Amino acid sequence: MRDISLNVNGKRMSVDADPSTPLLWVLREKLGLTGPKYSCGIAVCGACMVHVDGKTVPSCNTPVSEVLGTEITTIEGLSENGDHPVQKAWIEEQVPQCGYCQSGQIMRAAELLADKPNPTRQEILEHMNRVLCRCATYYRIVKAIERAAEEGDS
Amino acid sequence: MSKENKENGKVSRRGFLKAAGGVTFAVAAYALLPKIPFGEDAQASGELVEQTVSAWVRIDTDGKVTIFNPAAEMGQGSMTALPLILAEEMDADWNDVVIEQSPIEPAIYGSVMFGGSRRMITVGSRAVSGYFDSLRTAGAQVRKMLLQSAAKEMGVAAGELSTEPGTVVHKNSGRKLSYGEIAGFMKVPENPPSVSPSELKDPKDFRLIGKVDIPRHDIPSKTDGSAKFAIDITLPNMAYAAISRSPVHGAKPKLTNESAVGSMKGVIKTVTLGHGVGVIAETIEDALAAKMAMKLEWSGGDSKGYNSQNWMPKYATVAADPAKAGRTQENKGNADSALASAARKYSADYYNDHVVHAQMEPLNAVVLVAPDGKSAEVWAGSQAPDSARTAAAAVLGVPRDNVKFNQMYLGGGFGRRSTSDYVEEAAELAKTVKRPVKLIWTREDDITYGMMRPMSLQRMEAGVDASGKVTAWRHTIVGTGGGLMTSGADTQFYTFPNQKIERRDTEHGIRTKHWRAVGHGPNKFAIEAFVDEIAIGEKKDPYKFRRELMANYPRALKVLDTAAEMSDWGKPSSSGRAKGMAFAERSGSLCAGVVEISFDEGRIRVHRIWCALDAGIVVQPDNVKAQSEGSMLMALSTILHESITYKDGAVEQSNFDDYQLMRIDDTPELIDIRLIPSTEHPSGVGEAALPFMGGAVANAFFALTGKRLRHMPFTPEKIRAALSEVT
Repeated sequence: MRDISLNVNGKRMSVDADPSTPLLWVLREKLGLTGPKYSCGIAVCGACMVHVDGKTVPSCNTPVSEVLGTEITTIEGLSENGDHPVQKAWIEEQVPQCGYCQSGQIMRAAELLADKPNPTRQEILEHMNRVLCRCATYYRIVKAIERAAEEGDS
Repeated sequence: MSKENKENGKVSRRGFLKAAGGVTFAVAAYALLPKIPFGEDAQASGELVEQTVSAWVRIDTDGKVTIFNPAAEMGQGSMTALPLILAEEMDADWNDVVIEQSPIEPAIYGSVMFGGSRRMITVGSRAVSGYFDSLRTAGAQVRKMLLQSAAKEMGVAAGELSTEPGTVVHKNSGRKLSYGEIAGFMKVPENPPSVSPSELKDPKDFRLIGKVDIPRHDIPSKTDGSAKFAIDITLPNMAYAAISRSPVHGAKPKLTNESAVGSMKGVIKTVTLGHGVGVIAETIEDALAAKMAMKLEWSGGDSKGYNSQNWMPKYATVAADPAKAGRTQENKGNADSALASAARKYSADYYNDHVVHAQMEPLNAVVLVAPDGKSAEVWAGSQAPDSARTAAAAVLGVPRDNVKFNQMYLGGGFGRRSTSDYVEEAAELAKTVKRPVKLIWTREDDITYGMMRPMSLQRMEAGVDASGKVTAWRHTIVGTGGGLMTSGADTQFYTFPNQKIERRDTEHGIRTKHWRAVGHGPNKFAIEAFVDEIAIGEKKDPYKFRRELMANYPRALKVLDTAAEMSDWGKPSSSGRAKGMAFAERSGSLCAGVVEISFDEGRIRVHRIWCALDAGIVVQPDNVKAQSEGSMLMALSTILHESITYKDGAVEQSNFDDYQLMRIDDTPELIDIRLIPSTEHPSGVGEAALPFMGGAVANAFFALTGKRLRHMPFTPEKIRAALSEVT
């Protein structure tokens, strides 16, 4: 156990944790940032996605020691008022059902649009294939990303 | 998004009964909800029971209207739809409405509330249909009380008053009183006035129901991480727990390295349970490490020796064995003799593997037992919170009312969360320490100790007379899971003069459970694929053939015709693609769909789905579409990918790497859903669009390749095998 200093959502935070502790547990159980979710624990479902220096990382199997000195962003820090273009499009298209995977979906979609403001449908599918949704809200996820891209243009 | 909206996105729990100012109405209501026996063996009985509930409404002097939602919110949208029904008859201004989750806290709120009902349960797509009438009546009663108070205040007859959203209007004088103003002076009568059905709104006058697409209440909080699931609960001094459960159901555990585990970092204690060994630790990572380190010996086991793949061929033997005749579900005319004398006979066997719920939020619960052990508080997401509370109380040996149950958002239900095993476990562990305990199932726990949709065989046999009319229909279901296998085997909208439906049970000692749409998935797959086989055999168009079968049912015909029209059924698909059709009813709703597929690198690709749905009066059209989209794609996941197998009694899969769920790359380019306008009572929509999919995909595959797929999931291996079959 040792004192670990992290930069999360633009703030410097200090936690007591073993360096091998998955980032997800540090965020959720020690820092109270419960937006990223635990679901598979082996980095195949994507519910735990956060941004590390702007890139999505599955926090469930990323040891906290690997993200020292990086900028970590969780869904809570994606925008000031929940009004990132992706979040707005998610509400417009009424995407979430149970909602459990949606932080991961939104973080992944935000990364896509940051890289490719006008992705093709195929690029959306390929990029978003990383995050599972059991309610299968996939059809609306595609629509919401297309909407966010369109609104980014105007 | 405004601050206010964000606030609305949260399930808050202010005790508004105690709030100063304003008025609170407790309006008795009755709901028809399914009877589900308590306990793990709970199976759908199909029986509906009437229960008394109380719909609470509060109006503040500033006009804010607070309505309690009694249903579990697991993504199906009931927490918006139910209050909306009440608001409609009350003529509330929807902008003034705040929704709160109904507490299951009789110790605080009194036993007459929702929580006082034993069957507070959200299953079978019945929330809207079950509560519709009673919530309308409750809303109308509140409106009537407002009108009476306003009449007294204005000194006019109540009959001269009418309402506009949130306002009572005296047309003759032009005077108006807002609901908030009325709340400032009104006294709520002890007994609410009665309201006759004729006093309810004519559906054409609805302002909210089906008229406007009102966004779902919970959605904003599900886009910014603020929605709270039970797994998100953190309490001061909270400990964490994990359990290693029997890989073979029913096996008894023995922990052989208890002292080694007990001395691991952060471990508070180990607790041996009937079905596994739990560990309580300071952190979740400590608990998981200790779980991994446990050395366990298992004895016995109900499912020992069960090899699911060996059983599949045995099911056919059971189906063929006259001595194995099981439970008759339906016996009309004489199917056996009609089949014997038929001009042409058809038969085919359809199979489906076990599938598991795999809801994204693994099962979990937080339980805090009071230091004196006499009361407790539970945080969980449950489809049956009242049963869960009762179960926790039983574990703790305290009266039910001494357990406060905090209902949280459910990260998926699908039937898994109407059993309370995870709440009981958390209570069992929490009572051994004087601290709050958060029990988390790992994904591996959730799958290997899952409760499965039954694996089954559907043996279909039909006889057709010389004119091409189906005279005999025999459907034999073989598998484990009893009544779970029979829902949807009846053909409510197809007329067969001689029909026999029979269930033959096999016992494997595993845990089975309702899984979204229950038996309808497997049964409608078999029925709709078989209808297609008969149609092709009779050289009839599958659409026209279905029309003949459902000729007596105009609602069904309308749904089928609509799907045919939407999909341009008569027009062939472009090269390399083909269409398949199916029809299925579920929880009172009628659904027909056409899928268009191609076959690409060994995989089935669904490109377009057209779906027509008659669900009676639709409360929230966009949400019904969302539910239907999700149902179709969740069905597609089971059709293309999902398979649980058992080896020597243990589940062979353990996580999303070897239990494949559909990912976004299988999403069709188009999902077109048309809701049939209706003034019929609302029916269920949470599952209605799921059952038709299996048949539609299989039928499209036949149209494309001339080969039949009769065993879900249609994996690349099974597709290759079907394509190499010589016909």
